[in-house]
Amino acid sequence: MTLLEAILLTVITASTPLLIAAIGELVVEKSGVLNLGVEGMMIMGAACGIVAAIATGSGALGVIAAILAGMAMAALFAALTLGLAANQVAAGLALTIFGIGLSGVVGAAHVGAQRAGIGKLEIPVLADIPFLGPLLFNQDPFVYASFALTAGVAWFLTRSKAGLVLRACGESAASAHALGYPVLRIRFLAILFGGACAGLAGAYLSLVLTPFWTSGMTAGRGWIALAIVVFASWLPWRAALGAYLFGGITILQLHAQGAGFRVPPQLMSALPYLITIVVLVLIMRLRRGGTAGPAGLGLPFVPDR
Amino acid sequence: MPAPLIQTQQVVKRFGALVANDHVDLTVEAGEVHALLGENGAGKSTLVKMLYGLLQPDAGRILWRGEKVVLDGPRAARRRGIGMVFQHFSLFEAMTVAENVALALDGDEPLPRIAARLAEVSRAYGLPLEPGREVWQLSVGERQRIEIVRCLMQDPQLLILDEPTSVLTPQEAEGLFATLDRIRAEGRAVLYISHKLEEVRRICEAATILRHGKVVARCDPRAESAASLARMMVGSTVLGVTHEAAAPQGPVRLAVASLSLPPAEAHGVALRDVSLSLHGGEVLGIAGVAGNGQDELFAALSGERLAPRAEAVLLDRRPVGREGINARRRLGAAFVPEERLGHAAAPRFPLSENALLSGHAAGGFVAGGLVRRGQLLGFVDEVTRTFDLRKGTRDPEARALSGGNLQKFTVGREILRRPMVLVVAQPTWGVDAGAARRIRQALLDLAAEGSGVLAISQDLDELLEIADRIAVMFHGRLSAPLPVSGLTRETLGLLMGGSGFPADAPEAA
Amino acid sequence: MRLVLERRSETPLALRLGSPLLAVTLTLASAFVIFAAMGQDPLNALHVYFIAPLSDSWGLQEVAVKATPLVLISVGLALCYRSNNWNIGAEGQFLVGAMAGGWLALATHGAPDGPWLLPAMLACGALGGALFALIPALLKTRFGANEILTSLMLVYVAELLLDWLVRGPWRDPQGFNMPVTVTFEPEAVVPLLLEGGRLNIGTPIALLVVALLAVLVGRTLKGFEIRLVGEAPRAARFAGFDEKKLTWTVFAISGALAGLAGILEAAGTVRMLQPGISPGYGFTAIIVAFLGRLNPVGCLVAGVFLAVTFIGAENAQIMLRLPLDVTRVFQGLLLFYVLACDTLLLYRPRLVRGAHA
Repeated sequence: MTLLEAILLTVITASTPLLIAAIGELVVEKSGVLNLGVEGMMIMGAACGIVAAIATGSGALGVIAAILAGMAMAALFAALTLGLAANQVAAGLALTIFGIGLSGVVGAAHVGAQRAGIGKLEIPVLADIPFLGPLLFNQDPFVYASFALTAGVAWFLTRSKAGLVLRACGESAASAHALGYPVLRIRFLAILFGGACAGLAGAYLSLVLTPFWTSGMTAGRGWIALAIVVFASWLPWRAALGAYLFGGITILQLHAQGAGFRVPPQLMSALPYLITIVVLVLIMRLRRGGTAGPAGLGLPFVPDR
Repeated sequence: MPAPLIQTQQVVKRFGALVANDHVDLTVEAGEVHALLGENGAGKSTLVKMLYGLLQPDAGRILWRGEKVVLDGPRAARRRGIGMVFQHFSLFEAMTVAENVALALDGDEPLPRIAARLAEVSRAYGLPLEPGREVWQLSVGERQRIEIVRCLMQDPQLLILDEPTSVLTPQEAEGLFATLDRIRAEGRAVLYISHKLEEVRRICEAATILRHGKVVARCDPRAESAASLARMMVGSTVLGVTHEAAAPQGPVRLAVASLSLPPAEAHGVALRDVSLSLHGGEVLGIAGVAGNGQDELFAALSGERLAPRAEAVLLDRRPVGREGINARRRLGAAFVPEERLGHAAAPRFPLSENALLSGHAAGGFVAGGLVRRGQLLGFVDEVTRTFDLRKGTRDPEARALSGGNLQKFTVGREILRRPMVLVVAQPTWGVDAGAARRIRQALLDLAAEGSGVLAISQDLDELLEIADRIAVMFHGRLSAPLPVSGLTRETLGLLMGGSGFPADAPEAA
Repeated sequence: MRLVLERRSETPLALRLGSPLLAVTLTLASAFVIFAAMGQDPLNALHVYFIAPLSDSWGLQEVAVKATPLVLISVGLALCYRSNNWNIGAEGQFLVGAMAGGWLALATHGAPDGPWLLPAMLACGALGGALFALIPALLKTRFGANEILTSLMLVYVAELLLDWLVRGPWRDPQGFNMPVTVTFEPEAVVPLLLEGGRLNIGTPIALLVVALLAVLVGRTLKGFEIRLVGEAPRAARFAGFDEKKLTWTVFAISGALAGLAGILEAAGTVRMLQPGISPGYGFTAIIVAFLGRLNPVGCLVAGVFLAVTFIGAENAQIMLRLPLDVTRVFQGLLLFYVLACDTLLLYRPRLVRGAHA
């Protein structure tokens, strides 16, 4: 295995959780809801995933537990923002604070407990292609899932009637309601999907990337996923590009630290965060006057009865 | 005799303490154009929302061809054959015409098929539309066409139209009437909501009149006069305002010289070479179909947006184009924007703070950075007395007032300061007849005292009633003003449709 | 059955005051359930958490010490949130304030200095926090970059900066390789209020700030501007207020207050710089601000309440072996309940029978 190959492999593992979480949030935002609680849902996914995996001895059950945990958190957020029309920004922050705390409690008994990661899924024949084979066709199931999700969401949003309806809810909840669409129910489903994705991304962190639990292990990845959605201008494939950009930066700074660059490691560690800021600024400059997000993003909707 | 197409029997709808519909009986026969008349707040919209399944009645029943039906959503209504064209269109600006149509159709027809059917229906009814264009690029008339066409594509038996002509030029309205004729000829019924009485007398053969949520009369509008219909709607004789249009004589109070402004936002309108002069003592009306640059003109006059040159806007011959709204207020100008809640007033702030909102720069309400609450309350009391505001407490939140009362407040708080220039947008939009008359009279009285009043309005009847001269806005340009005496609706209508304006340079949009 | 929200046309005053109390009550009820689920005696646990910290003078002083930074930060955040500026990076501004003030203390270490030192340190801290907060403000007003994300990203940057400083250039050479600076000299330490206690002059400073901001928000034109921009931005433009300038103002004020809290903590309670000088004050202050209904006096009361939970958490960790993270769970729940109860202010919830419309 060449060094380049090794680097690319680690880039994929760093990018996959970002991509999965960003795709989920993208769907949520397309429906007109801003859920800032990705970090909280993700870390709950990570904690519940590994606890369930250790308890049952099954990685698959761990993944399911993580997804359910993300969805439960998302349901909490939905109850507040849809059921009670609460401020979405504040509710998202609450979700993150709550999730970080609760994950600490859930995972307390398992800090540092190692378990075997989830294995790779080798696609026969294709995996034997030199260089590309191991990169593209000998990955863990999450990597395939992340691309399947991206493709599925891209198709759903642009090609299906249900996707059209979901976008309509994000553009103008009042108009969608006037046409008879159950705006709140559609947004609820979108939020649940976002929670499931965030939970799955969390499971990737605790079951594949590090395979153990440390408190606060998401380290801002949920927030970076939010930034990726903005960077992507709400386009799924561009979100994939964004996720790999950030994943690449994370890995490059690790390799740079490893290679003994005479730069403080803290500066290197700060790089993903600084780059996020720079990217947010650049994308706003590039987009000047162009399409912004869904017109109804972040606005609560309460139908008249 | 066959059962009527649709009937409501003793339908009641309450919102909290308010009874929006109080035992309403309505009968629409197949193949008739039926008018639903009433003032703002009389309960017309509530009633048709129940017919379209958007609201559920608290009591009473709805019969469709004589059978009791439960319309538990627009989908159910559409399945029966009920279509609705909303006053504030239920369109999605960032989506294409075809996508907007697809959203109104039940089922999973692919977009290309929808586009083909759309072309067919729009040809059949003479309502041209391009399926691939995004809605934000379209004029108000074209947007209404989308709504009508997408209803017709479902082959409805009853078409509900909510104030359809309020956004159209007289000529566009004629086109709509022709379409309605064709729809009636096909045996479909139309429920036509309006408060434009002449129009109703022309095209409707039956009318139901609502007042305060109750049915107060049923009649054949063709047998009534506009005045008698108005009496039934309002419940008393409606007085006109006293005004004699005259040629401008006073000094020029407000002047705009060749003002051009790029659009403020992606979907906005550019102002192109706008010039006007407003004299003391006159009311200058600005007519035009919504979305032709009126909002942008208001923002440029008020100083919410600055002009490129100071000389582009003159207040009493002083260049103020680069000055903000408060500097202009200090020079004696006052402004009333169109949107009452959110622009003219903050919904959750009490009236006293809403008085501070537009009065903090020139009203003497602030001393040394501190707000003088007593002064503000006194001012609210004065507006209340002068304009007969009806409110529950001395200083309620703005959202607690009815539309008419809040409008009287936002106009009154400016007029009480005796401005030299008053710029007002849609002075009586969505306001009951009593409040509208009071506001119009106050504008005329202000002009009579020597101030200049500039009124931007979509309501031609209103402008013809209060203005001395009228100019028309079209695609960001402003026509030369025409004296009202001898001016006809047809002349204005043609201008509103763009005739007489220079052709637009081709645009990237 | 389903829940339906009806718009209120007016909000009763009793509800405005009652909604945070209801939220606290619901949080306590949830805590009861959670403690029981964790196998604790819930009444005993609640006592350890919420009553014990208030039952002796040491505990009371400790509550005041913890409440001081929370109140200082949250009143600034309340100004931001009121005006629709989502500064969630107060934690970073707190750390930068501590570093900026601490820099002066370290630079003058061992040199003769006078009574000017401490005021200068406080000023440096406030200035540092303000400048750091102006970064997201600049990026928002100049480029339209989302301030929620930028201000949060800067928290990580500030944490790493502090980490680098105390492990690198500012490390105490005699510190056995620990990531700490030297202990500040007595002139660089915030004086105590009571001999032998822990309370320092930071607390009266916080009270003064609360009073000043209460007047600012409630009585001045600037306060009206802040409230109006958040409530109805278009109406604020009609009032002639400059939204961008205001964004700068509120970010600067809240950054300065967070920075001041940071240097007060570093030079008062900790007396040196080290990575863990904040137990998450900047984030908890967000909850304080909302529980206090974005009102300065409300923030004071709410700050004291959350300070109690900090002490309670420490007690519970020692006495009941409950993980510290339980506190965060309560804090998150509290914010949930606060937001839910705020809905009552705008809407009247009603349970109705019947089909979905």
